[in-house]
Amino acid sequence: MFNQSQLDDIDNAIVTNLIEAGLNNVIFMDMAGNTIAKHDNGKNNLDSTAFAALAAGNFAAVDAMAKLVGESEFSLLFHKGKKLSIHFSKADDETLLISMFNKEISLGLVRLKVADTIKEINTILANG
Amino acid sequence: MALINVKTKEVQIKIVYYGPGRGGKTTNLEYINKKYREQIKTEMVSLKTQDDRTLFFDFLPFDVGQIKGFDVTIQLYTVPGQVKYNATRKLVLRGVDGIVFVADVQKEQRKNNIESLNQLYENLETYNLDLFKMPFVMQYNKIDLKNSGIPILPSNIMQKDLNTALRAPAFEATALRGGNVIPTLKKIISMTLTSIQGQL
Repeated sequence: MFNQSQLDDIDNAIVTNLIEAGLNNVIFMDMAGNTIAKHDNGKNNLDSTAFAALAAGNFAAVDAMAKLVGESEFSLLFHKGKKLSIHFSKADDETLLISMFNKEISLGLVRLKVADTIKEINTILANG
Repeated sequence: MALINVKTKEVQIKIVYYGPGRGGKTTNLEYINKKYREQIKTEMVSLKTQDDRTLFFDFLPFDVGQIKGFDVTIQLYTVPGQVKYNATRKLVLRGVDGIVFVADVQKEQRKNNIESLNQLYENLETYNLDLFKMPFVMQYNKIDLKNSGIPILPSNIMQKDLNTALRAPAFEATALRGGNVIPTLKKIISMTLTSIQGQL
C-alpha cells in the first residue's frame, strides 16, 4: 500500500515529466489492473478503469509470451495508431506506467521522459 | 490484493468468476450488467472468440458506495473456461481478492468441475494464495435443466464433489434467468469486504 506522501510524489513526477511535456494520458497502475494514479491533459474522456484492466491483461500476456521464448521479460511495449500511440513500461515487478500521446510528440522523447519518471517513482517507492 | 488509495480515498477490489467452460461465468456478469445497468458507469468489456467463447476475460466494474470514508469499486472478471486457456486463466487471477466458482450441474460435466477446481487451487498457489483462506463462494448453475429432462447432479452430490473440504457458502443458480445471481454476488462482496476491512 502506498502512503499519502508517496502518492503525492508519484502524481508530481507524472505531471512534471509527462503531462507538462504534452502527453495526453498517463496511468500508473498495478499488474492486477488497479489504477494507482491517473492524469490527463483535460482534453479527452478515457474510460481509465476498463483501459487499466485491458492494459494489465495485455502486458501480462506479452510477459507470458516472453517466458515461452526464453526471455525473462519484454519490459516495454508500444502500440502505434494513426493519431494516438500507447507506450507501456514496467516500473517495478508490481507496477506499470502507461503513456498515451499524439503524433506531435516523438517516441524518443516519450521513452526518455518515461525512463526519468520510472527512475523517480522507484526512488519514491524505495524511500517508503 | 485490493488496492487501497489513501489519497483519492478509493478501494478497488477484484473478484473473479472461475469454473469450467460453458458453465455460465459470462452469463452471471451479463445478468449483473443488465440488472444494475443504471449504476454501472461503463460498458462491460468482453474479449471473446468469434464463436462467443471467452478468450481472455470479461470485465465489469461498479461502485458499491462508501466504507469508512473510502469509495469502493468492485471489479468483476471472468476467466476463459476452455481447458486450453489455462495460461490466461492464471493471468486473470493475479491480484484476486475473492472468487466465485461457477460449477455446471449437468451430470456429464462432473469431471470438468472437479478438474477446474483442482486447477484453481494450483493456479492460486503460483501467487502464494490459498483457496482455503480467501473469500470464496460456490455456485451450482443450470439447475433448471432438470425441467428439460437433462440429467443433473443434485446439490448434495455437488457439495460432496466440490465443497466437502472448502465448506464455502453455496448457491443453486439459473444464471440465464438471473436465479440466485445477485445473492451469489452479494455474498462474495460481503465476504471480500470483511476480509479487507482490517486494512482500512
